Amino acid sequence: MHPFAYLAPTTVKEAVEVLNKYGDKARPLAGGTDLLVKARANVWDLDAVVDVKNIPELNKINFDSEGLTIGASVACCHIYENEQICDEYEGIVDAASIIGGIQIQSRAGLGGNLCNGAPSADGICPLIVNNAIAIIEGPNGKREVSVDDFCTGPSKTILENGELLVSIFLPKPKENFGSAYTRFIPRNEMDIAVAAVAASVKLSPDKNIIEDAKIALASVGPTPIVAEDAAKSLIGGTISDELINNAASLAKNAATPITDMRGTIEQRKDLVEVLTRRMITKSIERARG
Amino acid sequence: MSSSKINKVQISTKINGQDYDLLIPPYMSLLDTLREIVGLTGTKEGCLDGNCGACTVNVDGRIVDSCLVLGPEVNGKDVNTVEGMATPEGLHPLQQAFLEEAALQCGICTPGFLVSAKGLLDNEPSPSEERIRHWLAGNLCRCTGYDKIIKAVQKASK
Amino acid sequence: MVATFEPKKDYKVVGTRPIRHDGYDKVTGKAIYGADFKLPGLIWGAVARSPHAHANIISIDTSEAEKMDGVLAVITHKDMPKAESKMVDLGEGSVNFKWASEKLMANKKVIYKGHPVAAIAAIDRNIAEEAARKIIVKYEILESVTNVVDAMKENAPIILEDLIGDDLGEKVHDTNMSEHIRHDFGDVEKSMKDSDHTFEGEFNMEMVHQGYIEPHNATAVWNEDDQIKIWTSTQGAFPARTQIAGILQVNVSQVKVTPLEIGGGFGGKIPVYFEPIAAILSKKSGRPVKMVMERTAIFETTGPTPGGKIKIKLGVNNDMKINSAISEIWFEAGANPGGMIGPAAMCIYAPYNIENMRIDACDILVNKPKIAAYRAPGSPQVAFAMESLIDELCDNLDWNSLDFRMKNASKSGTRRGDGVRFSKIGLEEVLSAAKASNHWNSPLGNPLPGIKRGRGLATGYWFNIGLKSAANLAVNSDGTVILTEGSTDIGGSRASMAMHVAEVLGIDAHDVKPNIVDTDSIGFTDVTGGSRTTYATGYACWEAANNLVNELKKRASILWDVNSEEISFNDGVFSHNNEEKIISFKDLASKLGDLGGPATSTGSVDLSSAGDGFGMHIVDVDIDVETGKTDVIRYTAIQDVGTAIHPSYVEGQLQGGAVQGIGWALNEEYYMLNDGSMANSSFLDYRMPTSLDLPKIDTILVEVPNPLHPYGVRGVGEVPICPPIPAIANAIKNAIGVRLYDTPMNAGRIIDSLR
Repeated sequence: MHPFAYLAPTTVKEAVEVLNKYGDKARPLAGGTDLLVKARANVWDLDAVVDVKNIPELNKINFDSEGLTIGASVACCHIYENEQICDEYEGIVDAASIIGGIQIQSRAGLGGNLCNGAPSADGICPLIVNNAIAIIEGPNGKREVSVDDFCTGPSKTILENGELLVSIFLPKPKENFGSAYTRFIPRNEMDIAVAAVAASVKLSPDKNIIEDAKIALASVGPTPIVAEDAAKSLIGGTISDELINNAASLAKNAATPITDMRGTIEQRKDLVEVLTRRMITKSIERARG
Repeated sequence: MSSSKINKVQISTKINGQDYDLLIPPYMSLLDTLREIVGLTGTKEGCLDGNCGACTVNVDGRIVDSCLVLGPEVNGKDVNTVEGMATPEGLHPLQQAFLEEAALQCGICTPGFLVSAKGLLDNEPSPSEERIRHWLAGNLCRCTGYDKIIKAVQKASK
Repeated sequence: MVATFEPKKDYKVVGTRPIRHDGYDKVTGKAIYGADFKLPGLIWGAVARSPHAHANIISIDTSEAEKMDGVLAVITHKDMPKAESKMVDLGEGSVNFKWASEKLMANKKVIYKGHPVAAIAAIDRNIAEEAARKIIVKYEILESVTNVVDAMKENAPIILEDLIGDDLGEKVHDTNMSEHIRHDFGDVEKSMKDSDHTFEGEFNMEMVHQGYIEPHNATAVWNEDDQIKIWTSTQGAFPARTQIAGILQVNVSQVKVTPLEIGGGFGGKIPVYFEPIAAILSKKSGRPVKMVMERTAIFETTGPTPGGKIKIKLGVNNDMKINSAISEIWFEAGANPGGMIGPAAMCIYAPYNIENMRIDACDILVNKPKIAAYRAPGSPQVAFAMESLIDELCDNLDWNSLDFRMKNASKSGTRRGDGVRFSKIGLEEVLSAAKASNHWNSPLGNPLPGIKRGRGLATGYWFNIGLKSAANLAVNSDGTVILTEGSTDIGGSRASMAMHVAEVLGIDAHDVKPNIVDTDSIGFTDVTGGSRTTYATGYACWEAANNLVNELKKRASILWDVNSEEISFNDGVFSHNNEEKIISFKDLASKLGDLGGPATSTGSVDLSSAGDGFGMHIVDVDIDVETGKTDVIRYTAIQDVGTAIHPSYVEGQLQGGAVQGIGWALNEEYYMLNDGSMANSSFLDYRMPTSLDLPKIDTILVEVPNPLHPYGVRGVGEVPICPPIPAIANAIKNAIGVRLYDTPMNAGRIIDSLR
């Protein structure tokens, strides 16, 4: 591993300054569960790691009237141990509960998961279906980016050199909203998704019509995929097996997987259909309460 | 940049209840800090990528893979390893149960399992079998098939 | 003449469950495993490895690495002693030192990905690893082959130019086939033609790894007087010494191997990898050198057990008897000759009494790590093929497959596939126990909607080995006994060794203090492998204990001034003349200072046969027919264990072996890319089972004492990895109606089979 310095700024401003100074020779360290593996595998030759866990904004979980802000270095365990998050953002909790094992969940968080930009990331799709916004600060100031647009390729994101993900904002769920996430893995934990699906729905007051929906797919393309046609097909529809099956089939069409050690193209596309059906159904169940 | 140009960093940390001031390379993992600097080799290296749990330690009440933590990150924190489980009065109930239930064969994964299981029982004294299996999924054992490990944790549960 | 023993029942120590002697150190973190060992002045070694699976080395430039601050030595093949081409038997597998040397450090070409091309010693591990990245090697990339079918094609790239293949005794040049053996009994052609029904199947399996959690490691000191000291995690200090001396071209007496605690091996820690390299680095640097292997290299360069192709054809008659069997086994050897076809041929038909049978087996080189033993090496593969085909024919003919197995079961005197006839075996008892088991007699129950449930069973076999072991005893004045032995303890064997001694001496298991010592401190002892340790080293312990009793009778005879042959010993008490004079073992021990001084004894065995082991496993699986996900929901392992010395650790062997087999059956594999590299060389992607992937593993210990051992011990460690793969294949077939012929039987394959 290339020897690197350890920097622990206590403000966003300081962090941005050092990240900007080192350029691609530095990385922010939150949970470290991807960073240290990549540094050790010589994927990166870093001169510095910037531990961002001493910066208050990155450690906060904050609810206000608009919604929920999760600091970029908040670990998964703090997400699923928060009762209000468990009540309002079930799809997010689904993901936080299955990233790695308990040891990993003590450290890894959604911020790091997002910045790591893996096509198989468990955390990103649930953020997408919850309409999450990434709050970023950099040398040129602050910007907000929809998580839908955050990933640009395998391990590639819209973050520029010197930019730091500060937090993730999740709008307050509307009435009769539900979200869910699941992945297919050969083992029961400690595994990487062969294919994964997050779904969210907002139901009509009588809970029979889908007023809004969003579906996102992981591990079946170079980035998480927003399955727009599938979601659109649900909107305005009365809940039925046919409606859900049709959406699942459209989601399957949106998947563009490759064949690799984790699964084949055909297997992954089929899984998307199965998992989409299951996640829409689960979101509806949750929306109905 | 060669390692000689990277300055060592000083950290103050509590390990198994004892205060330590340590001077370590900034890129050194907590695992190596414990094993190479402090001399506590009970925490084991298995994979160095967080997939076996052999290096599990407890930091401020949370179990972590010490191979994926940098030494400098535990500055000011409370680290507990397998060496801190027994007291002058005797073994921790988990250690005793592991012996009585023959829950180890080669024993290399045992420290990680013990620290993980303690992390569970400290917060949930009476977990179900399913909960124990879920909690311990981050610890690989290749010898036992887990059966006797689960039984030992159940035995040490209240 | 082989000694035989009558079974006993009234044991005091055998069959009890004392806490293992090394347990306290292992649950408190005090036990010293290979990587935990330190010496004054210790420096670290690291290896530069080939990124290619098959390539000629054009040049190696070490200058940049040598210039780095903190680097103390750099070596390449030029620093390796030239070893002679000669096969040496190591108990489980054998080794040619020229190839063994070139496997550890490439000479003219690299023949597997990760093949070492240089090694560095530096003041710390990170500098050594960074220096390894600065070794510049120019390669001419060659076409690689990573499966047996491609390797056997005409015009396939030749991996070892100096390999002379042995094709049924004929020498073959320019080949990747190192050996083709055949066993042939009866008239297979005619019997097959005469059979009422014939069934055949072809089974393909991917290479898998032992998956021990502890990385390979070694610490070496090459002294100025050319005495070489090695500390390592090994399954056999003496076989390690043989290999190290052979590769370094020194006498075995120049090498002292100290076995430290070992974190799993399953056969994979019989070969040496870092020991000779660390020794040469120590010689060149003048410092003690330690090396610990990274996980990727463990997968890419050590261990695995062969995948390959197995074809079987069976002829059966309407009387439910197997009439004829023909099989062909093609096993991967890795990049050097492998040697697991012999055991595979011994095992393939072992559970069945078949008059007419033929086996052809070929060992085939591929550009993958040279295979090592893995728990019953060769047997799980052939069990998958044979036990699957047995169930297939029973399904087709509507026969109960357990009854079929009972009808054809091997018994004492049955001829095995390689011609050897069984002595006392317990297969029929195992099958009866399976038939009577709670699991077999329980209804399957109803799965959740969308899930299909099935049950399968299969037998497994391992022949077990004996070989050489030594043990020494010495009596302490407080009545305890020091036991010194040479079998590295990989799973609790110290306890069973001590129990062997305690049973004879009539003392508590904890009054015997077992020590596993270095190669300068005990007689030659073969590997901890082949399920031999409790059997053979236990036998040596028993012999040493009996010799100690005789020695102590002499001391009592001094005490009482009587003839020692008139003294008897029972339950820890020496007595003379109908208990007119008696003294306990402990009291006598306290008086030895005046009775001739320290009392010691030794036991030494070389056992040619061991007593065969059979098991049967029953498994229930749930399969999600939409995703192909298989969950093992109930599991029972039944096995003839001879006599269980320490039942907890016997059960543990059954459970651990079963779970390794479950992993092999469902997910584990070497997923190879076209460039000859393994895509999934991490625990994350190799996917060994976690605790959450498994149910309880129930065990039923069937005890048919082995007459070849004083307490009736049979090796138990290897049999349990043999039945799981076919048992799961049979359960999958039972659940979804489709049979899989390839491993791993993962979700993708299950879904494909349902399409």
